[in-house]
Amino acid sequence: MALIEFADFSFKYLGADSLALKRIKLTIDEGEYVVITGPSGCGKTTFCRAINALVPQFHRGYVAGNVYTDGKNTRENEVATFASVAGLVFQNPENQLVTLDVEKEIAFGPENLGVAPNEIRRRVEELIELLDLEELREKHPHEMSGGEQQRVAIAATLALKPKVLVADEPTSNLDPQSAEAILKIIAHLNKRGMAVVLVEHRLDLVAKDASRIILMNKGRIVADGNPREILAMDLCEEIGVGVPKATQVYKRLRTRGVELGTVPLTGVELAELVQEATSR
Amino acid sequence: MIILEDVHYSYDGVYTALRGISLQVDDGERFAVIGANGAGKTTMIKHMNGLLRPQKGRVILDGQDTKFMSVAEIAREVGLVFQNPDHQLFLDSVKKEVEFGLRNIGFTESEAEQRRQKTLASLGLEGFAERSPFTLSGGERKRVALASVLSTEPRFLALDEPTIGQDAHQKNQLAQMLAEMNKRGRTVVVVTHDIEFVIENFPRTVAMADGQIIADGSTSMVLSNDEVIERCALAPPQMTLAARALRNVFPEVGQRLTLLSELEETIIGILGGA
Ligand SMILES: Nc1ncnc2c1ncn2[C@@H]1O[C@H](COP(=O)(O)OP(=O)(O)O)[C@@H](O)[C@H]1O
Ligand SMILES: Nc1ncnc2c1ncn2[C@@H]1O[C@H](COP(=O)(O)OP(=O)(O)O)[C@@H](O)[C@H]1O
Ligand SMILES: [Mg+2]
Ligand SMILES: [Mg+2]
Repeated sequence: MALIEFADFSFKYLGADSLALKRIKLTIDEGEYVVITGPSGCGKTTFCRAINALVPQFHRGYVAGNVYTDGKNTRENEVATFASVAGLVFQNPENQLVTLDVEKEIAFGPENLGVAPNEIRRRVEELIELLDLEELREKHPHEMSGGEQQRVAIAATLALKPKVLVADEPTSNLDPQSAEAILKIIAHLNKRGMAVVLVEHRLDLVAKDASRIILMNKGRIVADGNPREILAMDLCEEIGVGVPKATQVYKRLRTRGVELGTVPLTGVELAELVQEATSR
Repeated sequence: MIILEDVHYSYDGVYTALRGISLQVDDGERFAVIGANGAGKTTMIKHMNGLLRPQKGRVILDGQDTKFMSVAEIAREVGLVFQNPDHQLFLDSVKKEVEFGLRNIGFTESEAEQRRQKTLASLGLEGFAERSPFTLSGGERKRVALASVLSTEPRFLALDEPTIGQDAHQKNQLAQMLAEMNKRGRTVVVVTHDIEFVIENFPRTVAMADGQIIADGSTSMVLSNDEVIERCALAPPQMTLAARALRNVFPEVGQRLTLLSELEETIIGILGGA
């Protein structure tokens, strides 16, 4: 059974005049690292909301088709059922934090689900360690930097032991080093077996971690596959996706008849390919 | 001209968010402000339009100490787009949101409508006029906030992280709009973490850390300063990493490659021409 299945799913928000998602058909399996990208307004956030039933149960509208998350139909089960399956992390951590300290923040979700106090203590300590939050224990969220707030928000989400982490532009308010730190944590969680669905525009930062990239445009999936294959397509430039600089150089060389073989995703990969080409 | 003179500011009386900021903004220039989260960028830019007032030091607008000016008076000259659009948008349609500012500074109804249409179109928001900002995607909301200020085309434009949530195409659109306004004599200040956006669009960069300005000068000079890279929590651009890795093997590769076309030519050179 797939972890997430979109079965010909379409959605139109109440009052909107066009569909936000159009006949989406796909499956996402355990352990995958899927990056969703595409122009702003193409439906990425709506896609994330559909995974954990916020669409259509909280954000209402016209629905066709179904989404099954962990085998459960998102139209037929309560939103709360999905909180412990798909953990959502948003762009703006300050809108997500509800309590005043780190331990309470992490404990909040499991407490609401009635998890035993001993187990909650255990999870809190494990997550403080995993996300390196020891020094923040005593701090209020407004005394933390954006990167620190986002680490706390991720810890709070993971406290529910979700099977998939759904992160919607989690680094867009962060400085580059904090962004890299968050993305490293996400890649690490994926290596430990957690599936990841990440919305991101800056493919420079994430293409190398992803096992799959899904390109969306105007509510549809227009490409879905291996990051190197997808980013080599001209479609990316046509719809305005930020292709990594190293990949752009590769493409420009290709139009001038220089074929480097593999599609590079990072500057270092590009340099290695050039070096290999000279020693051939 | 805006001059910040030894500006200090603390939100809570304990931590000092700005510790002696001195900065001159000349008419008609455009520059970027960079710095790690919490460096004080937002606090500083809010001083430029009088939303925050210095607790020590002065802000001088066109020779006049802003202490004696109201926020409304300053805002007529200096338009600020907030980092978080949720703090800026309050009306129930995009149309009202954008026309509000225009009507406020004295445009007639039909002028306001014309400007609103033009600005929304330049930002890829045609067809959004009747929508409620609360039903928009994050990136769309950000562009409505931009539109409400850009449409009034104030003499000074101060934009706090305008590229958040925007795709490559929209970033280019925005850059183009700012360049046009700058050509018409508007002064543009942009706070951003997007180093490529800075390199491609801004000749001057101001780097902040811990409430102070640690570098101010030409973008290429500021960004080649290692202390700036470290304290502003920047990650070296992929182009720099590529150039560095190439230089290890091919010593002829230059020290400072930043542009895509330069790297392309260098590689063609290494591979012995195409
Ligand atoms: N609550 C809502 N009500 C009506 N329309 C909405 C709502 N939220 C988003 N939309 C619309 O749905 C489309 C997809 O939005 P979204 O999924 O947020 O895009 P993305 O995350 O890719 O930027 C956009 O056209 C947006 O205007
Ligand atoms: N409303 C506020 N109350 C208390 N402290 C604040 C407030 N806003 C910002 N700060 C603090 O002031 C410092 C500078 O913040 P800010 O100007 O927002 O930084 P930047 O925009 O560079 O990320 C940070 O330490 C931040 O925590
Ligand atoms: Mg979104
Ligand atoms: Mg800020």
